[in-house]
Parts: sequence; structure tokens; C-alpha cells
Amino acid sequence: MDYKILIAGFGGQGILFSGKVIANTGLMLEKEVSWLPSYGPEMRGGTANCSINVSDNQIGSPIVSAPNVLVAMNLPSLEKYENDVDKDGFIVYDSSLIAKEVARTDVNASKIPATKLASDNGLEGLANMVILGKVLKETKMFTLEQIIKSIEKVVPAKKQELLGKNVKAIEIGYNY
Amino acid sequence: MAEKVLMKGNEALAEAAIMAGCKHYVGYPITPQTEIAAYMSKRMPKIDGLFLQAESEIAAINMVIGVSSSGHRAMTSSSSPGISLKSEGISYLAGCELPALIVNVQRGGPGLGGIQPSQSDYFQATKGGGHGDYKLIVLAPASVQEMVDLTFKGFDLADKYRMQTMILTDGTIGQMMEPVSLEKGILNEYDKSWATNGTRGKRERNIINSLSLDAQELEQWNINRFEKYKVIEENEVMYEEFMMDDAEICIVAFGISSRVSKNAIMEARKQGIKVGMIRPITLWPFPKKALLKAADKVKAFISVELSMGQMIEDVELAIKCKKPVLLCNRTGGVIMTPDEVLEKIKEADKIGGND
Amino acid sequence: MVVFDKPNGLTDAPFHYCPGCTHGIIHRLVAEALDELGVTDKTVGVAPVGCSVFAYNYFNCDMIQAAHGRAPAVATGVKRGEPDCIVFTYQGDGDLAAIGTAETVHAAARNENITVIFVNNAIYGMTGGQMAPTSLPNQVTQTSPYGRDVTVVGYPVKVCEMLSQIDGATYLERVAVNDVKNIRNAKKAIKKAFKYQMEGKGFSLVEVLSTCPTNWGKTPKESLKWLEENMKPYYPLGVYKDKFANEEAK
Repeated sequence: MDYKILIAGFGGQGILFSGKVIANTGLMLEKEVSWLPSYGPEMRGGTANCSINVSDNQIGSPIVSAPNVLVAMNLPSLEKYENDVDKDGFIVYDSSLIAKEVARTDVNASKIPATKLASDNGLEGLANMVILGKVLKETKMFTLEQIIKSIEKVVPAKKQELLGKNVKAIEIGYNY
Repeated sequence: MAEKVLMKGNEALAEAAIMAGCKHYVGYPITPQTEIAAYMSKRMPKIDGLFLQAESEIAAINMVIGVSSSGHRAMTSSSSPGISLKSEGISYLAGCELPALIVNVQRGGPGLGGIQPSQSDYFQATKGGGHGDYKLIVLAPASVQEMVDLTFKGFDLADKYRMQTMILTDGTIGQMMEPVSLEKGILNEYDKSWATNGTRGKRERNIINSLSLDAQELEQWNINRFEKYKVIEENEVMYEEFMMDDAEICIVAFGISSRVSKNAIMEARKQGIKVGMIRPITLWPFPKKALLKAADKVKAFISVELSMGQMIEDVELAIKCKKPVLLCNRTGGVIMTPDEVLEKIKEADKIGGND
Repeated sequence: MVVFDKPNGLTDAPFHYCPGCTHGIIHRLVAEALDELGVTDKTVGVAPVGCSVFAYNYFNCDMIQAAHGRAPAVATGVKRGEPDCIVFTYQGDGDLAAIGTAETVHAAARNENITVIFVNNAIYGMTGGQMAPTSLPNQVTQTSPYGRDVTVVGYPVKVCEMLSQIDGATYLERVAVNDVKNIRNAKKAIKKAFKYQMEGKGFSLVEVLSTCPTNWGKTPKESLKWLEENMKPYYPLGVYKDKFANEEAK
């Protein structure tokens, strides 16, 4: 296993959180992991991204400059990173916010209207989890059970009421 | 071993400081180190410790002087522009031989610069930074785990030698999360009978001072302190060798640059280029001997750093210019990619008989 | 029998101060106060940069020599490290009211439980008589050779008045040491400041109007008169703040 994941979108879309879920699942499976946010003013509404490595081997750079999994949650992100994706890598993007097709033919591209699915199901703000479900389905990075177990750990005790919603969102994305 | 948890570098460092018995932290907000202050503000009141947000970096470092004078482990953290402000106080700490831990989560400079990761405070950290003849012990973590381990080490060295330890890290290591084991490190007790905490009628009064108008006396103080530095250079050098056994090219890199370099080394090895790395963990004392030894068997060195080329001067000095030293660098907050390092490795590989 | 002794709070080191300088008197008052309160052996003093830079040689307690203007920050660190210690700074006007203004104001704002002895002689003594933040309008100094021109360099800083606006500060008083009566009042103020600290009452500052015959270019006697006639009108003596005045009166 050697995943180099880049999740990119607007600040406030929960990008760092879904990255954390992935990294934590890797940790629970005793993989080597790293999680690196972009930081600074972009956290407050501009574009944000998060680099995650999950690997069987020791991780060198925590910075994902050539992802084999790109999750794009807005148009600028897809345009910015599409060409950096490894050949045969995965691109998953939110088609409710990106009205465009992936131009590359040497990657596994898939789309999901994550934001719309989230709001249709009363899960506003959880498009990040919907798209994460789709990422799992496409990449087979982890099983659904593994990631749910991880979410149980990552969702803070005070916000346990959000747990069920997060799980539901992931399932919607996974089964889409 | 303690269970591994995912933690940000800055937060892991802060928790390690508390575990190392530091009950006094004074700081001032500045990106990208603010998590340290925020973490301390949450934790310190719970352990009956002190978190104090000072009115300035200058006040903060002087409060560290006060806490350390009173005999307690003291710590402050900042990022590049803030460290410039602290430099006055750091010079006084050195002159007074007061132990302290100073963390610099570097960002791009000079001036206000930017907030993205950088290593361009290398000169400032390793050559003193403030006025006068002095050195800091400079530790350069390359992982979240090392943020923890070197915090313990840093406090220990500070107390052991009555020295100032700087943890010189950068925005990436500070902001990233990795699995980390919060294991207790070295916890030695050292004599602090020099502290100013009241004579209590039991001893002569203590004076903590860096002033002498007697030139001969001041010279002697400096000579004595440099004797101590010599002992540290002899005993406290730390570095990691990575794939150096058969290496023909030696990368020298620390912190985040060493992490990027590892990717490039693996790729170069796949392409049949024998490259390894010496990663200084102590930037001062610098691993001069290890580099000089490597100079006998490699054909070239590459200094990989996030500055216009600062550490490269120490590499050249260490190897006495026996072999060429190439520079692979980005600055201003930009981080080199593994591909850029790989290109430099290929360039180095053309040196000597192989082309 | 009344014997005039050297207080235990002072060492035997002879003062380096110029003839007629009132630093010596103020040192003595501080030492007497500490002795009388019985706290000399748990006191930590912080010396400034300026004429009293060598104060660590004179006070018979643990001493720290601080960077210019930073004494209140250093004292804060000591007090927070060892709250049981009595901590004081001894600072001149350049140290406290120019380069160290921020440290002074914020120590007061935090109501830091320390005592600040502020010696105001309206001039930089150690460096040879330059204009201080407290030099009077039109006062001639080495760096205001035509007299302090307030249209160019602005007005003197009135420290007690300024700090009295800060909620944190507990006790602020301005005294002088140019005659016996004033000296006795100065002693009372200094002792009260330390007593407040012992009682955990918070930040206190005693501003002491002091002379500098050497740099004022006057004899010691003329200096005392100059203080009376020029400094006192500009810097009126008195209590500027005392959060516990009522309690004290009872």
C-alpha cells in the first residue's frame, strides 16, 4: 500500500477532517501515515488542501506533489492539480460544484454530486464524507468497516451526535 | 512503548515539554507556531503551570530569563521575525549561562517575509544570532516523533551545560500530523544552586549577570564558556546516516528538506545512482567529523536546504573543500520537490569519472 | 542609644555613585525596608542598565542584571517561578520610561505582584548626561544642547500619572529624596510597596525624584534646590493610586 492523497477545495468544506479520518484509519491499520494541511489565510475561506500519505513503507516527504489519489472539491482545485496526478492514479471530484470532465485519459476519473447528495439527505456540510465514501469504493484503500471504526475515534466525544451522520454520509458515497 | 497517536508537530512538542517538567511557558502569537502557545494555554492551568502571553517577544524571552533564574525549566517559542526580537534576550541568556529552550518554527524571510516553511534562519540559529561570542545548541527535528524526543533532549542539554537549546524546525514539521509515541525521555536532575530564589539564610547570595567592565575578566568568561562549547562539540553531535554504506554522492539535509531528499534518494537508487544522506540532527554542534569521513569516499555532496544556501558553507568547511558541494535549494516558503533533488543528484553523478 | 548602622540589606561594597548623587540614599531606603520587613533573605532584585547597573553589587540579596528596559519582564519571570520570593526592580528613567515602556506598562496591566523602584533624575546618567524621557521642557542636556524643544522631541513622560490610568496597577506614589522630610516619606512609600507585595496585593511602583549633580552641572546642594524648584512642580509628589488606601486608613 502506498497512497499519496491530495484533497483540495474551499476552506470550510471539511477537507482537513476527511484527511484526518484517512490518516487515522491508516494508523489503526498500523500503516505509516502523515497528514499535512496547507495553512495560513487560505484556511479562512480561500482554497485549502491537505496531503496525506498512507504507506507500508517509511514516508519521506509528507508533501504530496504528485498524488495517486486526487480529491477535488471545487473547480480551481481540479484545474490546478489534474496534471500532477500519477498515471493510473485516481481523481474523484464533486460534480455538483464542478461542471467539467476530467481531460486526462490515463487516470481513473470518477465524479459524484457530493454536495447535492449531502443536502438531499439532510447532511449539509458533509459532502466531504460523501466523497470520501466514493474514494473508498474506487480505490479500495480501506473497507467501509475500517473507516467507520476510525470515524468513531476521530469524532470528538462532545460531538457524538455527529457520528451517525458522518457514517451515513460515507455510506451514501460508497453506495452511489 | 506508549500507544501511537496522531498529533501535530507543534502540539506534540508542547506536550513533550510538559512531560519534561517544564511548567513555565511564555510566548506571543505568530504563525506558524501558534499551536504551541494555544496548546500550552489549554494544558498549563491543568497542571498548575504557567502559560503567559507576553506583551512582546522581547518581554517573553526576558520572562524566560526570570523563570530560568529562579531555577525552573523555562521555554518560549516563536517563528522567524519573533526570534529576531528575542535575539537580545538570547544573548543575555548565553552571557548569564541560563538554561532555556527556544523553539523556532521557521517561516520565509527576511522582514515580515511570509508564513510558509523555510530554513533560512540557519545562520541566525547556528552562529549565535544576537551580539557577542556565543553558541546555541541547535536541534533539527525531521518528524513529529523527533519533535517529542528532541524536546526532552533539548531541556536535558540546556540544564546539563547551562546552555540555551534552540529547536529549529519549520512550518511543515510544526503543522503536520504523524503517529507519535509520547514516551517519557531523559529526566535527569541537575544542580541549580546558582539560582536566584532567595538565600533563605542558607547560602551566600547569588548573582546572575553578564556585565563586566574589566576586559580581561570578560575575556576569561568567554574563554571559559568556549571550553564548555568544546566539550559539547566533542560529546553531543547527533546525525542520521541514510544509505551511506556504498554512497558515491552524499546529500546533506535537515528537517523537512531531509524528508523530501529521502524520496529523491529512493528514486535515484531505482535508477542505479548510489546516493545517500547525512542528516544533521544537531546543527550546532555540526557533524563535521562524519562529513569529513564521507568526503574520503563520495565524489560530491549536495546541500539541500530551504534558503539561498546557508548550511552549504558549513558543509564546505567541514569537508575542508575536498569535494564539490552542490546546492539544491528553494526559499521564501517554497519547498523543493523530490524531482528537483533528483535532478541535482543526476548533476552530481556526472562529476568525476562517471561521465 | 541610637547607632547609625549599615543595613544588613546592603553589602560592604562602596558605592560607585558620584558625590551628591541620591542613588545611595534610595539604595539604603530599599535595604532598610527589606530588613525591617524581614524579607531580605527571600528577596530577588533586578538591576537595570543605567547608573544603577551595578546595583547587584550593593543589595545584599540574590540579584539579576537585566537588559535595558527589560527588568519588569525578568522580575515577572522570577515571581511566576518562585511566587514566595519578594521581587523588585530598580530602574532609572531611561530604562523604565523610554526603552522599557512596554514592559513597565504591561507589568502594571497584569498587576504583577512585584515592586518597582523608579529613580527619576530627568537625565541619562551612565552615558554622560543625555536627554531622558523625563527631561523637563527646555532642560539642557548633551543631546538637547539648546534645551528640550517640545515641538521637536515632545513632552516628558509622567509615569505615575500614566500608570494610574491602568486598572491593573495597585499602588503608585511619587516621592523625593531632596530633604529629610521627603526622605522619610520615601521610606514609608517604599516599605508600603514591599508590604503590599508580601500581602499579595499586586503591582506597586514608587517613583523617586532624584538628583544628578554631575550631569546637571551643579553642586550637590544646588541640585537639591533644582529638584525642589524645577522637578517637583512638573512632577507633583503624592499617591497616584492606592487600591487599598481605605484599608490602610482603618
